[in-house]
Amino acid sequence: MNIVVLVKQVPDTESLVQIAADGVSIRKEDVKWIMNPYDELAVEEALRIREARGGTVTVVSLGGARVQETIRTALAMGADKGVHIQDPAAEGGDAPATARILAAALKTIPFDLILCGQRGVDEDNGQVGPAVAERLGIPHLALVVKVELLDGRVRGHRLVEGGTVVVEAPLPALITTQRGLNEPRYASLPGIMKAKKKPLEVKTLADLGVDPATVGAAGRKILVQALKLPPTRKAVRMITGETPEAVAAELVRVLHDEARLI
Amino acid sequence: MADGIVAVTEQREGKFRKVSYEAVSEGRRLADALGTKLTAVVMGSGVQGLASELAAFGADRVLVLDDPELADFRVEAYTEALTQALAAEPPAVVLFGATVQGKDLAARFAARQDAGLAMDCTAIHLQDGALVFTRPMFGGKILAEVKIAGSPQIAAVRPNVMRIERRPREAAVETPALSLGAIPTTVVEQRLDASGRIELSEADIIVSGGRGTGGNFAPIEELAAALGAAVGASRSAVDEGWRKHSDQVGQTGKVVSPTLYIACGISGAIQHLAGMSSSKVIVAINKDPEAPIFSKADYGVVGDMFQILPKLTEAVKALKG
Ligand SMILES: Cc1cc2nc3c(=O)[nH]c(=O)nc-3n(C[C@H](O)[C@H](O)[C@H](O)COP(=O)(O)OP(=O)(O)OC[C@H]3O[C@@H](n4cnc5c(N)ncnc54)[C@H](O)[C@@H]3O)c2cc1C
Ligand SMILES: Nc1ncnc2c1ncn2[C@@H]1O[C@H](COP(=O)(O)O)[C@@H](O)[C@H]1O
Repeated sequence: MNIVVLVKQVPDTESLVQIAADGVSIRKEDVKWIMNPYDELAVEEALRIREARGGTVTVVSLGGARVQETIRTALAMGADKGVHIQDPAAEGGDAPATARILAAALKTIPFDLILCGQRGVDEDNGQVGPAVAERLGIPHLALVVKVELLDGRVRGHRLVEGGTVVVEAPLPALITTQRGLNEPRYASLPGIMKAKKKPLEVKTLADLGVDPATVGAAGRKILVQALKLPPTRKAVRMITGETPEAVAAELVRVLHDEARLI
Repeated sequence: MADGIVAVTEQREGKFRKVSYEAVSEGRRLADALGTKLTAVVMGSGVQGLASELAAFGADRVLVLDDPELADFRVEAYTEALTQALAAEPPAVVLFGATVQGKDLAARFAARQDAGLAMDCTAIHLQDGALVFTRPMFGGKILAEVKIAGSPQIAAVRPNVMRIERRPREAAVETPALSLGAIPTTVVEQRLDASGRIELSEADIIVSGGRGTGGNFAPIEELAAALGAAVGASRSAVDEGWRKHSDQVGQTGKVVSPTLYIACGISGAIQHLAGMSSSKVIVAINKDPEAPIFSKADYGVVGDMFQILPKLTEAVKALKG
């Protein structure tokens, strides 16, 4: 079974996100970069499938030089090989451009199953998975918390509002991950050592036959006008009282009479 | 020339989701601002009867995509149906509700159209004749204002944010012929909660619990029941196995925008705040006066949730009589 995992490098969720001087991008300096948490689930699931049925796990990431760290992390977790798509003309692209490039890359890599995150916790787009599947003309199952492989088909348990839906699709197919799928392993020390020797191929847009005019900053469909900080709240108002009853009564009064919420 | 606004609705067992009314209402406002027409789309099997309801929210036209193949949501079938139905008169703008289904369909549909999609928008406004979409990024730490190049411009609107407005009018109902062909995906089983529990992302009020519950969510459930609220949880509570994954609020859980969010025994980690900071009013109940949650709350109570919550529930019940 050939499994491809799409991994994105994102700022650590702990990090302070700052607006750059241009007002339309994020400061990239002093940011700690991590593998998108949903992509960790995807890597873990790919490894479990390979452990159960054999095959190869290839991780693919598009981005600047630093995304190689994230590819190495996936290799250290146990993936077999990495593909790094790096090209100055691909920089500054949006979700449709990313999907275009990743789909082109997938035409050069054999796959039965593609795993990716449901969304990047950077821009919270949640578009690249379905868009890659659409471009490849294969089915996709979104927000999967359980994967079952049957003969030539994949079954995904999808989390929807108020329940679970079990959906089956023929392979090849793409799956996007949801929390609950698994607990990703940490890279072990021997894993990290081994990862250094695993193959990591670098590809350019020309290698993939992608027209630079359709991607990167030049090909953007989403044009950022401004980035802003969310409005700040007024300072907290503490509700106090002699007894829990008094506190509760005052809180209910405030929420009812003043805020008119209950 | 692409023209007109389309609002794609979502129904489950013949009932629209609340965000569908929000999307249609927002579509009406945009259609008025741009001086164009609003089409609402209903999708499913045996959904003809639902069309008239959407006229009440201002649709000029209702497209009913009614096909046995659309009985259960399958993204390829829905994408194909929508593509066929909108091909004759390409719209300038297509709106979806940013639910699980709406986001999935919006993403695949946008890719099929090779169009730009602004996901999970919290505001749309007109500026110099162009639409500007506001969308939170980085778990709400940043708000981006974006324009969309090309056509159609596609947006999914975050549930619970856009105002619902009744604007009744006569709507023309059309039932375009569809030919969906073979859809490779099959729905094997659906396990949906029929208890009528309020869905987190649509709830007006949410009472959430964290590690401070020590695993005892009973006082939270009781307060939620008294308020008609949904119950949420921090990731710690989920990781402990006290609550289901679907209850998790935060950067790697659900993003919610209720009018009132009551956080109990939750410290206020940045990843939790990411999921609830767009709530209108936040109340924090925590025994630690230094808990970071207080810096994001409108109202705070320092105290033991096990003492406060039962009294709060009593007071709410007394109020509601
Ligand atoms: C990549 C990543 C993603 C994450 N995503 C999420 C996410 O989506 N959602 C999320 O919530 N977290 C997320 N987290 C985890 C987050 O960092 C915190 O660990 C988590 O939110 C803490 O949960 P908590 O507030 O319930 O627990 P704690 O931080 O342990 O806080 C418990 C609080 O309860 C209070 N308390 C204890 N007893 C009582 C009592 N009897 N009465 C009143 N108060 C009491 C304590 O004073 C304390 O403030 C993520 C972390 C990472 C690294
Ligand atoms: N630059 C990228 N390289 C590889 N995979 C990506 C990239 N961007 C997005 N993805 C994948 O698509 C998922 C959704 O991302 P997004 O649409 O950006 O929210 C991520 O979780 C990744 O699996």
